[in-house]
Amino acid sequence: MRPVDREFEITVDGVAVPVVPGQSVGAALHGAGIRSWRRTRREGRPRGLFCGIGVCFDCLVTVNGVPSLRACLTEARPGDRITTENER
Amino acid sequence: MPDVVVIGAGAVGAACAYYAARAGLDTLVVDRGSVAAGTTGAGEGNVLVSDKAPGPELALALLSRDLWLGLAEDGVGDGGFEYEPKGGLVVARTPHELAALTALAGAQAEQGAEHVVVPADALTDHEPHLAPGLAGGVLYPQDAQVQPALAAARLIRRGAERFGRGTLMLRTGVTVTGLLRAGERVTGVATDHGDILAGAVVNAAGTWGGEIAAMAGTPLPILPRRGFVLVTEPIREPLIRHKVYTAAYVTDVASDSEDLETSAVVEATPSGPVLVGASRERVGFDRTTSVPVLERLARQAVELFPVLAGLRAIRAYCGFRPYCPDHLPVIGQDPAVPGLHHACGHEGAGIGLAPATGHLIAQTLTGAVPDLDLRPFLPGRFQEARR
Amino acid sequence: MTGTYDLAVVGAGPAGVAGALSACLAGLDVVLIDGATSPGGQYFRGFGAPNRATPGSARFARQWETLTARAAVLLGHRVWAVEHTGDGFAVRCLEGDREERPRTVTARALLFATGAHDRPLPFPGWDLPGVLTAGGAQALLKGDLVVAGRRIVVAGTGPFLLPVATGLARAGADVRGVYEANGRLGLARHPLLTAGRAAEALGYGLGLARHRIPYLGRHAVIEAHGHDALTHVTVARLDAGWRPLATRTVECDTLAYGYGFVPQIELPVQLGCLTRQGTDGAPVVAVDAGMRASVPGVYAAGETTGVGGAPLAEAEGRLAGRAAAADLGRHVPPLPALSRRAARLSAFAAALARAYPVRQGWQDWLRDDTLVCRCEEVPLSAVREAVSLGARDARAVKLLARPGMGWCQGRMCGHVVAALVGDDPEPPRRPIAQPVRLGDLANASPQAPEPPGGPR
Repeated sequence: MRPVDREFEITVDGVAVPVVPGQSVGAALHGAGIRSWRRTRREGRPRGLFCGIGVCFDCLVTVNGVPSLRACLTEARPGDRITTENER
Repeated sequence: MPDVVVIGAGAVGAACAYYAARAGLDTLVVDRGSVAAGTTGAGEGNVLVSDKAPGPELALALLSRDLWLGLAEDGVGDGGFEYEPKGGLVVARTPHELAALTALAGAQAEQGAEHVVVPADALTDHEPHLAPGLAGGVLYPQDAQVQPALAAARLIRRGAERFGRGTLMLRTGVTVTGLLRAGERVTGVATDHGDILAGAVVNAAGTWGGEIAAMAGTPLPILPRRGFVLVTEPIREPLIRHKVYTAAYVTDVASDSEDLETSAVVEATPSGPVLVGASRERVGFDRTTSVPVLERLARQAVELFPVLAGLRAIRAYCGFRPYCPDHLPVIGQDPAVPGLHHACGHEGAGIGLAPATGHLIAQTLTGAVPDLDLRPFLPGRFQEARR
Repeated sequence: MTGTYDLAVVGAGPAGVAGALSACLAGLDVVLIDGATSPGGQYFRGFGAPNRATPGSARFARQWETLTARAAVLLGHRVWAVEHTGDGFAVRCLEGDREERPRTVTARALLFATGAHDRPLPFPGWDLPGVLTAGGAQALLKGDLVVAGRRIVVAGTGPFLLPVATGLARAGADVRGVYEANGRLGLARHPLLTAGRAAEALGYGLGLARHRIPYLGRHAVIEAHGHDALTHVTVARLDAGWRPLATRTVECDTLAYGYGFVPQIELPVQLGCLTRQGTDGAPVVAVDAGMRASVPGVYAAGETTGVGGAPLAEAEGRLAGRAAAADLGRHVPPLPALSRRAARLSAFAAALARAYPVRQGWQDWLRDDTLVCRCEEVPLSAVREAVSLGARDARAVKLLARPGMGWCQGRMCGHVVAALVGDDPEPPRRPIAQPVRLGDLANASPQAPEPPGGPR
């Protein structure tokens, strides 16, 4: 495995999730066993990673209050606060 | 053999077919593509009285708005086509603009267009996210919106269900290649799927209506006027309640300029996104996206609603309004070509004016006295102008 | 803003890096732009990490190192639009993955090497969390060092499924099976064997055997089950047209699947570049032997001109970079061996595409309430209703029922809706290739003239 810099933490709705430097928010969540972090606006279906490379937009997430970011494209930074169920 | 062939399955064609079938005429709609595939599918679904100049166009708009309301109430829920009686709010940036706007509203009121003058300090009661510093506005409660593609499709479907599937039929993927004639008279259409004989032909080909007229050797000066619409990400709670636009829109609509004009028209939709229109350019049928146009639309929308700055545009599309030099639609029988009726050239107002157009065409087809004086809309006006 | 480059290359995968390098070496002033924060594209994602077994990584790393010494590189720049300027092109970018500052790059010529994404097919439950594209699972593994799940089923069609399955197994996942809807690799006349790549085929076979992964042809996952996340899938044995013959259940927490790839060509389409139908029916950029698109000054390489894998992408990138340099007046000696290599690899790619087609029987997997469009949650019944209302093509279905209107703009369902109405997919018309905040759009080019204001 890649020589790992020090792991850090982000929080998801207040719960700490470990991150390997360089990981996307989506990968960190998925790796921590969190499979969904959004509900669709019509039928409330749960959504998480699907395409994993920024084209399907299923994994939208709010990071530090900024909504509608693709979790799979957003590199996690120490202390990031992820909030779910926040689609506008 | 149908009594009427309608060329074009956009909103206007659908309305012509609906009202013709209602009047008891066997009606066939043909379109070279799908239902709503032309300008109808590229519009915002405006049903506006607010932007109409006093006179014949406003009379047509008021009649049409009443018919839309009836069609919506007649259907299930929102009529099956997202009819929203949301009202329009026209805002003025300067006292000068506001004075011109209220004067216009006063003249429109004489024909029955309702309005409420909104002073500057009351604007946010109607639209909480409007930018500060505006001079005031005028609220037009009769303005409404439909989902235009659904409206066209559902009108045809409802007509078929209500008046008989044999009475109203739709054939898509049929291209009209010529008009059948018996002497001067039009007796049907030639298509790539064979000839169709009919008692009368309605040209509801929208921006391409001039091409149909040319098949009959009759002039119809309809030109494309391109418009872009920006579409944002879907949002759960509507930020914007009305159709909101600046007073400059009214002058842009009435302008004859070929150059680009933009004036923000901003509204939310039942499906979630915010729509930002409306640009006007005469550049032929060029579909190439113009980034500067999108930038200007975005800038004007954000000026009107600063909250939109953080919302993402995810899509943009363009369409081609059927533009007539005098900005009035063409409705009525061609004086030089008996049997050929025109119902096109509505520029950006085709959705709103569709039911009245269809209703008046049906009255013409059945020999009834039209509910409105058709003279300002008759196609003969272009032929007279040439003499 | 910097001055105008000779060539802007969009995409830092094998095609883009090779193209940018060739152009540099031929004397052009080059800028390379990619949305990701590190180079490699999908294939060489995470190539710098030790123990990455992606073939060709070392070669790609050398190219990257040489390139960065000679060219401008803009990573973390997502391109949302390209447009003609007077004497070249403007590339509209958003810089940063959350702040998104607008930035415009200008260049006399453009090379699009924007790759492809997975082509998923819909089936009941395909939107359950735990169902991933094969490329998504691979990206997690290569780029983020995350194994997509504990018990994983791999399904779909094409040889790409094999490195995904063996990679996941090597990383510790229990891969419950690989379900290939077409014929299995290993047929005597398989393109991998006829192309002299038996070693590669053998390697996959050994990998599957070592981890005891069942590998079944003519099988597909036709339903995913679970409440809020995947718990099991229905696997069907298929007939030749992909209609299910018999089914069984396989427990798993993750499904990684894909039915080929969709080239990402919206940027060249924005400029009016002509497209052609690729071997698998998907539209690709039409190019000549020098990878020149129909619009002068525009080049395309890699998956954008037809899905063919990394070696072909690299060869095409080099051809494109050399052609761009020659067209801008640089002396570029002919290199017929390169053209021959590209032609050979291209023929191989076409043979592979023909060996792994998508058969229409997948439509039998759908039910009335199966989502066709994930974003707008459009079920199959709504698509059928739109057709009955008079929609003849995918665009009209979209207008009436909204599939493709949402966030992904039809990237996941465009090919599906087209197939449901019996069409081949149209070239994607997306004037806005990446979401852009209205505030950024408003300020994207401060030099734009102010609009006329007030009544006239």
